[in-house]
Amino acid sequence: MSADLLFLKRRIINAVALLLSAAAALLGLFFLGWILWTTLGKGLEAFNLALFTQMTPPPGEAGGLANALFGSVVMCLFAVAIGTPIGIAAGTFVAEYANRHWVGATIRFVNDILLSAPSIVLGLFVYTLVVKPMGGFSGFAGVIALAFIVLPVVVRTTDDMLRLVPTQMREAALSLGIPQWKVTMQILYRAAAPGITTGVLLALARISGETAPLLFTALNNQYWSSDLSGPMASAPVVIFQYAMSPFEDWHALAWAGAFILTVFVLVLSLFARLVLLRKRVPND
Amino acid sequence: MQETLIAAAERRAVRDARHDRRFRWMMAGAGLFVLLALGGAALSMLWEGREAFSTFGFGFVTSSTWDAIGQQFGAWVAIRGTLVTALIAMLIAVPISFGIALFLTEVAPTWLRTPIGTAIELLAGIPSIIYGMWGLFVFVPMLAEHVYPWVDANLGSWPLVGTLFAGPPLGIGTLTAGLVLAIMVVPFISSVMRDVFLTVPTRLKESAYALGSTRWEVVWDVVLPYTRSAVIGGVFLGLGRALGETMAVTFVLGNAHELSTSLLMPGNSIAATIANEFAEADTDLYRSSLIALGFLLFVITFVVLALAKLMLRQLAKREGH
Repeated sequence: MSADLLFLKRRIINAVALLLSAAAALLGLFFLGWILWTTLGKGLEAFNLALFTQMTPPPGEAGGLANALFGSVVMCLFAVAIGTPIGIAAGTFVAEYANRHWVGATIRFVNDILLSAPSIVLGLFVYTLVVKPMGGFSGFAGVIALAFIVLPVVVRTTDDMLRLVPTQMREAALSLGIPQWKVTMQILYRAAAPGITTGVLLALARISGETAPLLFTALNNQYWSSDLSGPMASAPVVIFQYAMSPFEDWHALAWAGAFILTVFVLVLSLFARLVLLRKRVPND
Repeated sequence: MQETLIAAAERRAVRDARHDRRFRWMMAGAGLFVLLALGGAALSMLWEGREAFSTFGFGFVTSSTWDAIGQQFGAWVAIRGTLVTALIAMLIAVPISFGIALFLTEVAPTWLRTPIGTAIELLAGIPSIIYGMWGLFVFVPMLAEHVYPWVDANLGSWPLVGTLFAGPPLGIGTLTAGLVLAIMVVPFISSVMRDVFLTVPTRLKESAYALGSTRWEVVWDVVLPYTRSAVIGGVFLGLGRALGETMAVTFVLGNAHELSTSLLMPGNSIAATIANEFAEADTDLYRSSLIALGFLLFVITFVVLALAKLMLRQLAKREGH
C-alpha cells in the first residue's frame, strides 16, 4: 500500500513539474508574441513611405527617418567592413596557430568576455579613445564602437567554424606542398565560409539595434549627413530620443522605426540561420 | 636546366616561407588586438575616471549623493540599483529558463522542439531598445493600472518585506526594470541550459529511465547534477547581461537619484545613469564620474562573466574538449 502511495506521489510530482515546464515555455512565447504584436501593430499604424524619404522632424511637424536610417546603414556597413577582417584574422590565429596553446586559450577567454561585455562600456571606451582626442562626436567614432561589437562575434564564429574543419583536409593540402597561408585562404576559409557568413550576419543584426554605444560616439543629427567626421543620426538613437519625448507624433515615428528595426533584425537572423542550414546538409 | 629548376624551387620555398611568416604575424597581430581591446577598455576608463576617484576616494562607491549642481558624485544609488534590478531579474528568469530548457529537451514532442527553440532564440535577438519601448508604453501602464495597486494593497502591509512593496503605483521603477530584464535574459539562459542539457549522454538518462525514474527525477537527479557547473555558468552569463543592459532599463527605471527601499519607486542603475546623463555632463568632474561609473560596471561584469566562463569550461573539460 505504501509503495503504491509513494508511486502515486512520484507521479504527481512528475506531472506538476512537467506542467510547470510547459507553462514556462508558454510564458516565454507569450511575451515574445506580446512584444512582437505591439511593435508590429503600432509600427504598421505609423508606417508610410515618407519614413524613407523625409528627414527627422522637429516636434509637431510631419517627417520621416531617412537620415537616421541612412546613418545606421552607413555606420553598420563600415563597422562590419572593419570588424570582419580583423575578427577573421584573430579567429584564424586562435584556431590554426594557437589552438592548444595558452595564448590561444587567453584570447578565447578575453574574446568571450568582450562578446558579453555591456555595449555601453564599449561606447565609453571609444569615447575616451576616439571622441576625446579628436575633439568631437563623429560618425567615425560610432563606426569604431560598433566594430568593437562585431569583432568578438566574428572571432568566435571563425574560431568555432575552423575547428570544425577536419584535420585531414589540412594534412592533405599541406602534403601537396601548399604553403599554410594558401591552405588557410583557399581551403579552410572555403570550408568555413557558411559559418563565418552566419556570424557576420548575426553581428550585423546585433549592431543594427545597438543604441548605447552610439549615444556618446556618433551622437545624433537632425539633418541629412554623409560626413563621417561629424555627428551622425542613427535609427536606434533617434528611436530612443523620440520615444523618451512627450510628443505623440514623435512616439509614432519611434514605433515606425522600431518596426523597421525589428523586421530587419528578425529577417536577418532567420536568413543567417538558413545560410548555415543550407550548406550543412550536403556536408553531412 | 636541372639546376635552374632546383634554384627555382628553392626560391619558391623561400618565398612561401616568407609569405607564411608574414601571414602568421598578421593573424597573431589580430589576436593580440583582441587582448589589447579589453585591456585598453579597462585602462582608458580607469584613466578618464581618475579625477572622480581621486576627488571622492572610496566615497565614490559608498556615497549616495549624486548632485550635478553641487558637483558631488557618489555611485551607491546606481550600483545598488544595478544589483537589485539584476537580482530581481535572476530570481524570476532562472526558474522560468530552467522550465523552458526542460520543456525543450525532455517534455515537448520532437517536432515542436526546433520551432519553439528558434522562437525563444529570436527573442534574444530583438534589440534591447524594443524591449524598452514596449516596457514604457505597454508594460508600465498595464502594471500601474492593474498590478501595482494590488501589490501595494496586499503585499505592502506584510511584515519585513512590506516596505519593499509599498508605494504609489507609478508603473516605472525598480521592480518594473527587474521584470523587463527578466524577459530579456530568459532567452539567453534558457538556450545555454538547453544546449548543456543536450550534452548529457543518452545512456545515462536511459539507465535512469530503466530503473523506473520519472522524467522529473531524471532531470533533477541525473541531468542537473551532470550539468551543474555549466548551468550555473549560463545563469552567470545571463546575470552579466542583466547587469550591463542599458536601453531597456533606461526606459522604465525612472532616473531617480534618491535611495528608496520600495521596489515600486523609481531608481537608477549604472548603465541608465550613463545613458541619461552623459550628453549633458558639462564639467570634467561630472564626465569623469560617469566614466568612473562605467569602469565600475566593467569590473562587476568582468568578474561575473569570468566566473561564468570558468564554470562553463568545467563541463567542456569533462566532455574531453
